[in-house]
Amino acid sequence: MTTDAAPAIAHRPAGDEALNAGRYKTARRLEELALGGLALPALLLIGLIALAPNLWLCWLSFYGPNGFTLAYYERLLHPNYMLTLKTTFELSFLVTGICMALGYPLAYLIAQSSQRMASLLLLLVMFPVWTSLLVRCYAWLVLLQRRGLINTWLGDAGIIETPLRLVHNFTGTTIGMVHIMLPFMVLPLYAAMRAISPDYMRAAANLGASPIKAFWQVFVPLSLPGLVAGVIIVFVLCLGFYVTPALLGGGRVMMWSMQIERTVTYHSDWGAASALGVVLLVMTLLILWLVGRLVGFERIMGSR
Amino acid sequence: MAMSLPISIRSVTKRYGAFAALDDIGLEIASGEFITLLGPSGSGKTTLLMVLAGFIRPDSGEVRFGDRDVSLTPPHKRDVGMVFQNYALFPHMSVAGNLAYPLKLRGAGKSAIAERVNRALDMVQLQGLGERQVDQLSGGQKQRVALARAIIFEPRILLMDEPLSALDKKLREQMQIEVRHLHQRLGMTTVYVTHDQREALTMSDRIAVIDRGRFKQIGRPRDIYERPDSRFIAEFIGESSFLPVTVRDGAAWIGERPLKLARVPPGAAGGHLLVLRPEKLQILAAGAADGLNRLDGEVKEVVYQGESSLLYVALAGGQQVAIRQPATSAAPAVPDIGQPIRLGLAPSDTIIVPADAAP
Repeated sequence: MTTDAAPAIAHRPAGDEALNAGRYKTARRLEELALGGLALPALLLIGLIALAPNLWLCWLSFYGPNGFTLAYYERLLHPNYMLTLKTTFELSFLVTGICMALGYPLAYLIAQSSQRMASLLLLLVMFPVWTSLLVRCYAWLVLLQRRGLINTWLGDAGIIETPLRLVHNFTGTTIGMVHIMLPFMVLPLYAAMRAISPDYMRAAANLGASPIKAFWQVFVPLSLPGLVAGVIIVFVLCLGFYVTPALLGGGRVMMWSMQIERTVTYHSDWGAASALGVVLLVMTLLILWLVGRLVGFERIMGSR
Repeated sequence: MAMSLPISIRSVTKRYGAFAALDDIGLEIASGEFITLLGPSGSGKTTLLMVLAGFIRPDSGEVRFGDRDVSLTPPHKRDVGMVFQNYALFPHMSVAGNLAYPLKLRGAGKSAIAERVNRALDMVQLQGLGERQVDQLSGGQKQRVALARAIIFEPRILLMDEPLSALDKKLREQMQIEVRHLHQRLGMTTVYVTHDQREALTMSDRIAVIDRGRFKQIGRPRDIYERPDSRFIAEFIGESSFLPVTVRDGAAWIGERPLKLARVPPGAAGGHLLVLRPEKLQILAAGAADGLNRLDGEVKEVVYQGESSLLYVALAGGQQVAIRQPATSAAPAVPDIGQPIRLGLAPSDTIIVPADAAP
């Protein structure tokens, strides 16, 4: 317990390597390698299943019988294709818009409910996702057709005299697609809304905001990341949607994906089909990039 | 104090099922007063604050701000400032945006808003940080922005819900003084909620100690600390040891020895306790001690704590008490473990409380 010698606080021989520094470095390298090794199967799988076929698709679209060609793309300027593109975008915008209008209040209700009620409501929202897409489309067919349930009811009730044309057209396709897409809008919205602390709304009220103002000026901006995520998911899914338009459109609603199918099955023209696929892919990426520029990717991908 | 309003709380009750968060509670808060609601968690202090802010509607009772009955007034029409425990700063607005928000809602002009935002930033010493995003601020800075936002629209009542609990000790103590100064400067009636008894003693004009939905004692910090009127208060605020005493005819005995008292002890059916605060006890030289109450015992343990030492003493009757001995050279030497010791307690520090059930 004497204090005559200054205690050695830092002991490091001059010119020597810092104590154990090399061993720590090796250990850290090994950990990084192990982490990378664990992710390797998944990385290979992504490369094999997602990246390689897309690159092949791209290559196919530029490779005709006589080598490199732009002919497949030139064909896309034909009015028929342009009309399909227009329909695809119109339908996607409309379905996304309706999903937003229907999904936001629904997600809000679920987010404001008690935990029990919220679980139950979410279950109801998720339920359709667990049944076959095909089954749901045929079910809509049964409901919406000329002598279907809805027309029969409306007719019996005396509300309409001639049956409404609800299916085999744009209307039917829209109804079916909204039904299928709604969960993909509600889920991200719900997650974002649930994460908003009720204290924000209290603070807004305390500072003098009426419930309506607090909703628009505080709640909606804070739920925006969820809304953007939902819109992107629904819109991108709509762009490439096939089953529902094919079944409920009755051949009158020509989507881009149906154009691809037709090119392959009727004309066996893989080059042209590839070009269609590439255009769809590029458009999707372009939209994602645009939204990312506008809203910021970190806000969509990782909520704060 | 034109900038403040008195608050009147009359028989307010709020139940959640069988549990009474607030049990027929009443309190008159003077204009410009800084009052602290102090209590353990679940005592009802936050519930009462939420009732004042209008976020919780009581089952019965009345709340008045001045002569205005606000019992049924929605929160956005109450015009009270509030600092939330987690600050609740809007993450989608800048610091200046947060501060401007209540002014915008009140229809202030652009230039007036800019000027007042700058003045508020000055007041909480955050000059030049207006354009920062909220998540770029440190905890202490967030705290200041939350405070500035709560007072920028010049409310006459300010509510604070454990605003300093997220800060580290040093910053917390500094902010306690700052909040106190701000209150002295602006003079709005302030209701402050905390579970930290030291914070309550430091900041308040008055403390209302609340437990299980009821007020246990309301008074100035010095009165609450020096004259606790129940075992709960003595235990919750400061450190205390307790010794059973008997009270007869306005006098108190410890065993067969009478205690010298400065006040008449309270009457109570269930027996009485002597409250011993560690810093009120002093070590006496053998034989000394005129005019003081004497307790004899043996040193069991000595804990060195820097500015003082804490001694644990087993009394002749077997009970253990703690004494705090300041580390001044004038103080008597701390005896060794196992040595006999004589403790003295001034009559004015001899506090007797009813031996109510432990909380």
